[in-house]
Amino acid sequence: MTETQVSTQRRGGRVLPVTDLSLVVLIGASGSGKSTFARRVFKPTEIISSDFCRGLVSDDENDQSATRDAFDVLHYIAGKRLAAGRRTVVDATSVQPDARRQLIELAKQYDVLPIAIVLDVPEEVCAERNAARTDRADMPRRVIQRHTRELRRSLRHLEREGFRKVHVLRGVEDIENASVVTEKRYNDLTHLTGPFDIIGDIHGCAAELERLLGKLGYADGVHPQGRQAVFVGDLVDRGPDSPGVLRRVMAMVRSGNALCVPGNHENKYGRHLRGRKVQHTHGLAETIEQMESESEEFRAEVREFIDGLVSHYVLDGGRLVVCHAGLPEKYHGRTSGRVRSHALYGDTTGETDEFGLPVRYPWAEDYRGRAAVVYGHTPVPEATWLNNTICLDTGAVFGGKLTALRWPERELVDVPAEQVWYEPTKPLRSEAPGGHDGRPLDLADVHGRRVVETRYDGHNRVSIREENAAAALEVMSRFAVDPRLLPYLPPTMAPTATSHVEGYLEHPAEAFAQYAQDGVARVVCEEKHMGSRAVALVCRDAETARKRFGVDGPTGSLYTRTGRPFFDDEGVTEEILGRIRTAVEEAGLWAELDTDWLLLDAELMPWSLKASGLLRSQYAAVGAASGAVFPGALSALEGAAARGVDVGDLLARQRERASDAAAFTQAYRRYCWTTDGLDGVRLAPFQILAVQGRSLAGLPHDEQLSLLDRLVEHDNTGLLRTTRRLYVDTADPESVAAGVDWWLEMTGRGGEGMVVKPLGAVVRSGSTRSGDAGSGGGEGRLVQPGIKCRGREYLRIIYGPEYTRPDNLTRLRGRFLNHKRSLAIREYVLGLEALARLAEGEPLWRVHEAVFGVLALESEPVDPRL
Amino acid sequence: MFLTISTTGTPERPATDLGYLLHKHPDNAQAFSTSYGKAHVLYPEADAERCTAALLLEVDAVALVRRGKGKGRGGAPDAALAQYVNDRPYAASSLLAVALSAVFSSAMRGVCAAKPELPSQTRPLRIEVPALPARGGADLVRGLFEPLGWAVRAEPVPLDTEFEEWGDSRYVSLVLESRTLTVAEALRHLYVLLPVLDDAKHYWVSSDEVDKLLRAGEGWLAEHPQQKLITSRYLSRRWSLTRQAMERLELVRLAEADDSEVEEIDNAVEPEAETEERPTPLAVLRREAIVTALTQSGAARVLDLGCGQGQLVQALLKDPRFTEIVGVDVSMRALTIASRRLKLDRMGERQSSRVRLYQSSLAYTDARLQGYDAAVLSEVIEHLDLPRLPALEYAVFGAARPRTVLVTTPNVEYNVRWESLPAGHVRHGDHRFEWTREEFRGWAAAVAERHHYTVEFVPVGLDDPEVGPPTQMAVFTLSGANEKEAKAA
Repeated sequence: MTETQVSTQRRGGRVLPVTDLSLVVLIGASGSGKSTFARRVFKPTEIISSDFCRGLVSDDENDQSATRDAFDVLHYIAGKRLAAGRRTVVDATSVQPDARRQLIELAKQYDVLPIAIVLDVPEEVCAERNAARTDRADMPRRVIQRHTRELRRSLRHLEREGFRKVHVLRGVEDIENASVVTEKRYNDLTHLTGPFDIIGDIHGCAAELERLLGKLGYADGVHPQGRQAVFVGDLVDRGPDSPGVLRRVMAMVRSGNALCVPGNHENKYGRHLRGRKVQHTHGLAETIEQMESESEEFRAEVREFIDGLVSHYVLDGGRLVVCHAGLPEKYHGRTSGRVRSHALYGDTTGETDEFGLPVRYPWAEDYRGRAAVVYGHTPVPEATWLNNTICLDTGAVFGGKLTALRWPERELVDVPAEQVWYEPTKPLRSEAPGGHDGRPLDLADVHGRRVVETRYDGHNRVSIREENAAAALEVMSRFAVDPRLLPYLPPTMAPTATSHVEGYLEHPAEAFAQYAQDGVARVVCEEKHMGSRAVALVCRDAETARKRFGVDGPTGSLYTRTGRPFFDDEGVTEEILGRIRTAVEEAGLWAELDTDWLLLDAELMPWSLKASGLLRSQYAAVGAASGAVFPGALSALEGAAARGVDVGDLLARQRERASDAAAFTQAYRRYCWTTDGLDGVRLAPFQILAVQGRSLAGLPHDEQLSLLDRLVEHDNTGLLRTTRRLYVDTADPESVAAGVDWWLEMTGRGGEGMVVKPLGAVVRSGSTRSGDAGSGGGEGRLVQPGIKCRGREYLRIIYGPEYTRPDNLTRLRGRFLNHKRSLAIREYVLGLEALARLAEGEPLWRVHEAVFGVLALESEPVDPRL
Repeated sequence: MFLTISTTGTPERPATDLGYLLHKHPDNAQAFSTSYGKAHVLYPEADAERCTAALLLEVDAVALVRRGKGKGRGGAPDAALAQYVNDRPYAASSLLAVALSAVFSSAMRGVCAAKPELPSQTRPLRIEVPALPARGGADLVRGLFEPLGWAVRAEPVPLDTEFEEWGDSRYVSLVLESRTLTVAEALRHLYVLLPVLDDAKHYWVSSDEVDKLLRAGEGWLAEHPQQKLITSRYLSRRWSLTRQAMERLELVRLAEADDSEVEEIDNAVEPEAETEERPTPLAVLRREAIVTALTQSGAARVLDLGCGQGQLVQALLKDPRFTEIVGVDVSMRALTIASRRLKLDRMGERQSSRVRLYQSSLAYTDARLQGYDAAVLSEVIEHLDLPRLPALEYAVFGAARPRTVLVTTPNVEYNVRWESLPAGHVRHGDHRFEWTREEFRGWAAAVAERHHYTVEFVPVGLDDPEVGPPTQMAVFTLSGANEKEAKAA
């Protein structure tokens, strides 16, 4: 692309094309009129002059001793401008090669074109002008002589030095008449808005290409609605008909029906066509052979076509970048050899893997750019979005499929390969665990202090502390179910604000008031089941589990709040999953939800099933100790009282304590019943979290519950239990009173309490609309997804048998909820993020990152009784 | 919490002398403030024939928990460890012992100004502690009290009469009787032995405990057959428990999130590991076999994957051939103990530059583990659920890819030779599986094949002709590694 611009002579003077993003270096002796010229043709803010910088650092624009510092400043400012994508004009003499070398380095560093504009003015003119300026009047003549000499000597070498355009203006008149026209970069097609159909690596699979184009609606390379195809490169090599592919693509590009960026395979073939020696490996031999039977003319056309390809395109107002091998944001729209090679080959680490293939740096994992990057190059089994990037190389030539992305619809369209045209060096699906849709889990995804980024405004960055990640790592590694079957962990839930109703620590009136204050008009009260939180991943069959979750054998999982399996015996888990599966089947939910797996949030009962250790060592132990101590203590007091000893109110107090202790024992006993195998085990699902392709976290709870009611109805094994519920309008006092009564009645009969949730599920404050899981509607921050109101008797298990005594209640009311609330929201957002990533088919490590975050947050220090 | 002390008497030596001995008048109910609540002394019966003093401590459970919140205030180290639901208000624990010494301090010292002759006299004594937490059960209770001259009746208290299958609680209902002891002696026995028997979960540490023990134990502790247990439980456990608690707060919270006990997930460190090292011969043999195999492989830079408390790292450090030794474990607590055991902070620079310890997990690939000569997985794989073994396999053989990998695991066939091991039981509570020789070899061969290693098997310990060795070891060598080395040489 190096070119010397022999500018055309026009009426009124020469017109110099200058690229919109470039580093323009003016070259001319002192007094040659650079500043005047620059002011006339560039924006004042584009120009940085060395004189100005001298002034900045020394208060004297002509202080030559400040030159070094002045240029430091100049380079610094220029660097900042170029990094921000702004054209920059350097107004300094730049007659010395070394001065220019530094500027060319700077242009390379920011991947912009260096452009030279030479002002070649006779020495006498410069001297005259300087003499006329008071500040330069005493500049020795020899300085100007030296400048002129150096300039002349440089002229021939400017291109070799690295300037991509060199404009030479000779004489005062030429300079005064010259003007500048801003040119766009070749890769800047932001004015094209599509719609586009971006097509992945074809590798000579002409038949598949034709079928894909047909499926996309093209007839003979033309789309009736004027859509434009964009090819991500690697048209040739390996496959059966590279000439056919080239013919089709070239024709479409020529007629304006397509754009094409080069792949590394075209690049290499292009070099071959130009007579360079290249190795005929990686399928090039096939292309060369197929092209043998083509005409010399066609080969010349191909050569010209390949030579003219631009490394990448920025499209659709900057929202879309297409290139072959992926491109980090800092290279978008930039122009340098480095950008081109990155676009063609990607970011390789220099190492090779066990198959001898180059190890690629996973740039997309770090990508945070605004533009969607669509690329190919690395064969993947499925095209999936990752950080707003997507790889469309689905290995058509290796027997995979040929994939296209509709833009801006973001729909994937693909056709399967007719056969394995070329044996892959490396299997398309990695055999590494978790690698079926990406790469195996890496410690860097979870370890140390981390920030998990989410799509939820106001909660975009969730921090994980190092010590919490460390604890989670141990539990996740040693006790959790296979991470592939652990796509979600439930968040903790904050209790209602502390009640001041006499005798109560928690009371639903506070929960309703809190939601009313958040602008949530309608809430659902859901019965709190007396069991353990359980998440169930239920696949339709083992084959679904294999295809979607990459596991061999199990049909799902059933795990606790920290990801541990509920049952040691896999057979028992499978039995439960089987029963749920049958109910889903009978209820017709597979078809209705258009899925072959679903993820359920539920409560598993009895509590004693999982918490028996805790029950025995803590709860029953307290019951046993109190049961053993009170008869003796009471009879001692009674004996003393009978003797006439004044025991004051001690006896009465001990009787109360004894009855509190008995109430405590009653309270925990409600959570215990004996089970035999699955006899006596109950599962109460209260939310379908996700199904194939969709997170249902934002589905309003009434719709959720009616789906689940049908599930429960169709279970005839007695396993599934319904969740009782009541809807309340937070602004309607009667409705609120009904909610309170419902709770009083339920907890009066020994129930654990209830959870109050905004009906719209994912809801932001100040908004009563239900939101979709993507944004949560509203404009404020997310409100608590649920608030628990625990029953008065149940709380004995939490706050101790005697917590209801007035003096105890008074002290216990001084509890602090803010940390718990913040924790609940952070965990909730991470959970939502995990579900969203799961729904979008993101790779396992991305889902796991969010899930792990929830577990890590659970080890934050927060009052465990909340 | 509650206990009674009774005595019988005659008109000449009336039972009500107990009032003098205890410095508490039988006709009054008296209350005393202690740090953990109000202590009451009262007499349900008091005449010349029979006299019973009752000590009742009203523990303020809420204050007990809240006290624990401040740092350095002698409280429980974390709110997570201090439960409102705890047995302190009911069970006769260290708190009762503290109350005992506060309320009956003169009696314990054997001082009685009014009747100076009384304290030194023995009399029939009966002590009832209806809810005594007894770690070690009724047997230990007898073992502790009987040598002191008590007739002991210790009945276990059932956990919950409605759930008989839950069995007994850790409490016993205790009755002690003796005619050969003084009241002061009895009180001092209780003062020391109540906390010793207590589960010791909620200890509050103070620095003058040694003096207190020596004072209260005067005259009986030195001769006691269980002296060692009594001393170590009374003193040393407190510090280590507190330290232990501090080292696992995050895990405690994760266990709580799951309504389970922290011991369920914090079992990477053996309980006795903190005290004295008592390596079983097999563990020594295993380390020797590993060092031999590593030496034969020519490895200089070695990974100990699942290093636990660092025994192997310690052994490798002694051999200068091993220039870099990296101990890796997923348990932070194991690493803390390993670091303490190796005295890393006091080691010379040259020595310490050879060793590093850090947390990692073989459920994940870890770039830091690449480029080593050898990796040891000693008694590690059996701690993983089988479905998660492929991830470990990939992390080690696929991603880290050291030239040599040593894997040891129990040979389940040998278990019949362990006399103490009940049939069908695994050797360690956390073993998720134990393999026969055939199973291990099948797995190892498949791993080697998939990742281009060769594998050989080495018996560790006596190779029983019928059931094989107690430990089996596989030595994996990266295919082509030897040739490369030969070329390099």
